[in-house]
Amino acid sequence: MRTTPLQKGLNPAMFLVRNLFETKNLKQTPTRSGFGEGLVEAGKKDKNIVVLCCDLTESTRADMFKKVFPERFIQMGIAEQALASIGAGLSMAGKVPFISSYAAFSPGRNWEQIKTTIALQNSNVKIAGAHSGLSVGPDGATHQMLEDIILTRAMPNMTVEVPCDAIETRKTAVAGAKFVGPFYFRFARSATPVFTTEKTPFKLGRAEVYRFGNDVTLVAAGPLLYEALLAADALSKEHGIECRVINAHSIKPFDEKTLIAAAKETGAIVTIEEGQTHGGLAGIVCETLALTTPVPVERVGAQNQYGESGEPAQVLEAFGLTAPFIALAVVRVLDRKHGVAVSKIPAHMQAAEERRIMMRKQIFEEALSRAPRKWGGTKPDLQVRSNKKR
Amino acid sequence: MLKFSLGPKVRQPLHLHDKKLKSLEKKSSEIREDLIRMLVEAGSGHSAGPLGMADIFTALYFHVMVHDPKRPSWKDRDRLILSNGHIVPIRYATMAHAGYFPKKLMMTLRKLGSPLQGHPEHAWMPALETTSGPLGEGSSQAAGIAYAGLMDASPWRVYCCMGDGELDEGQCWEAFQFAGANRLYNLTYIIDRNNIQIDGRTEEIMPLEPLDKKLEAFGLNVIKCAGNDIRDFVNGVERAQAVSDKCSVIIADTIPGYGVDFMEYDFTWHGKPPAKGKEAGDAINELRTLWGKIQSEHE
Repeated sequence: MRTTPLQKGLNPAMFLVRNLFETKNLKQTPTRSGFGEGLVEAGKKDKNIVVLCCDLTESTRADMFKKVFPERFIQMGIAEQALASIGAGLSMAGKVPFISSYAAFSPGRNWEQIKTTIALQNSNVKIAGAHSGLSVGPDGATHQMLEDIILTRAMPNMTVEVPCDAIETRKTAVAGAKFVGPFYFRFARSATPVFTTEKTPFKLGRAEVYRFGNDVTLVAAGPLLYEALLAADALSKEHGIECRVINAHSIKPFDEKTLIAAAKETGAIVTIEEGQTHGGLAGIVCETLALTTPVPVERVGAQNQYGESGEPAQVLEAFGLTAPFIALAVVRVLDRKHGVAVSKIPAHMQAAEERRIMMRKQIFEEALSRAPRKWGGTKPDLQVRSNKKR
Repeated sequence: MLKFSLGPKVRQPLHLHDKKLKSLEKKSSEIREDLIRMLVEAGSGHSAGPLGMADIFTALYFHVMVHDPKRPSWKDRDRLILSNGHIVPIRYATMAHAGYFPKKLMMTLRKLGSPLQGHPEHAWMPALETTSGPLGEGSSQAAGIAYAGLMDASPWRVYCCMGDGELDEGQCWEAFQFAGANRLYNLTYIIDRNNIQIDGRTEEIMPLEPLDKKLEAFGLNVIKCAGNDIRDFVNGVERAQAVSDKCSVIIADTIPGYGVDFMEYDFTWHGKPPAKGKEAGDAINELRTLWGKIQSEHE
């Protein structure tokens, strides 16, 4: 059995996968697949569950439910505003609707309908936001939803969940189906490591401590939690800094107890999320701490900026959301904790900015250098193999 | 070649001579070819819609619109608003051919740092006029631009390309209401009636017919034309411009994936590019000849 040196500090009660840090060998599954599986599982348990989708059934993985229960699937066409209100209507008649679309459009476009007909009315509607975060990749900023956490957590009555991998997304969907009341959860498009297991504890409203440590606490939500674990491991090995890592999948209601305990014991917090830091997970953490136990906080996430087109992994790196940048934020927050003077612009933001400019230049120019003569470049015609049979 | 630019094209009668028509058809076939290469290179994006709209974009950029690629912010240019932003690769390819940016930039579609974003972004490329992608929003933006044009009695016209699946969005109909009520005669909506959307055929997902009667009821001047027949489309635009008391909407019946046999009429090609290798090769080979209709100069 591979165990100790690699997994030092991990919480054994969380039953994370054995080969947690063998990134290449970890199973990679998009969290949206967990959503599809969860829908089917919940649908088998409860006959009242219906799924609505806006012309994106394959993309959101609602098609998995559609295949098993075609009579309980409702095709809305591309109409998100109607989606929210029709969902609310269905719930008023005793159904448990899951309304699914890209997070950019639901709750991005139909926020007011959600507020009035779902949150204010306290309808039992489950809002599934697919393609959230920067990892949407090549589709670009219009489809990369970074504000959904802020939008949904602003509404009273709403419950907000951000699961970290495919298994947790499945658990969230099943738990959401059981839960009575407005419920929002987000998941992502690109494949990310599956690092929790069936045995990993999961309860709505409760944060879990995945790694023990008393120097600093990393609070993360969503697939980036894995990056936080990588950063914690690297910091422990290279600098002897022990990070506590918290999976804050419950954004609302937020597990204040776990956070406050961590703040008291470690005295420094770094938040990590795939969304706008102002008002998102960082917003909740800062609010909670300011009201109870003020300690230094650093924020990793979209820093008041929009994403852009690119491969998912590249975009995440270019916007400073990967382990090395988290480590920089940890160093800074520790400096602040110990009263050491720090630079005005956080090092992790500065580094991300520089990295972004460099990556943009590199990737852009690499693509240009392959331009064929026909398009004003130097290379021969693009190699698309021709079919000579005819 | 002229040494001095005569300045941008001024509005002229749209009548299409046979010679011009032939050159436009050739152009659109070239643009299609580059489009396929672009999509293969990017590895993701939409195929069917852009292929079906190639003729319309070619007609707009090379015949109908008054514009100057050298001066994309010229104040008297005609505005083309792309409401269904996901078909933007065809606009990029057409703009590259028109000279808005060097052709080799087409290599960088959907790559980090590229002005050719996956969905059109005004901040990255102002010549796109607007940022779009989330459906329905362009229809309203176009109406706003056209309204401002009428307020200032400006000479330019506004064209707004929309998808047919897009019409599921309520916002489109709010825009039509506004355009109808305000008689925005300088605005022409062009609906790409290709009958497909991501999940299937439009009439199965959310039926739109009778589309022309619905649009007429909103106070619009409805014109039907064949979207893959450049002459018919240009005639449609001519008829739209002849009306000066109503906003016009051209329902262009297009064939999704036009020019590539295995993509035509198939909704599964809505949201993916052909794979590198045989698939892309087949697509290009079919395009080169358009089943022998057009003699391509390549090979």
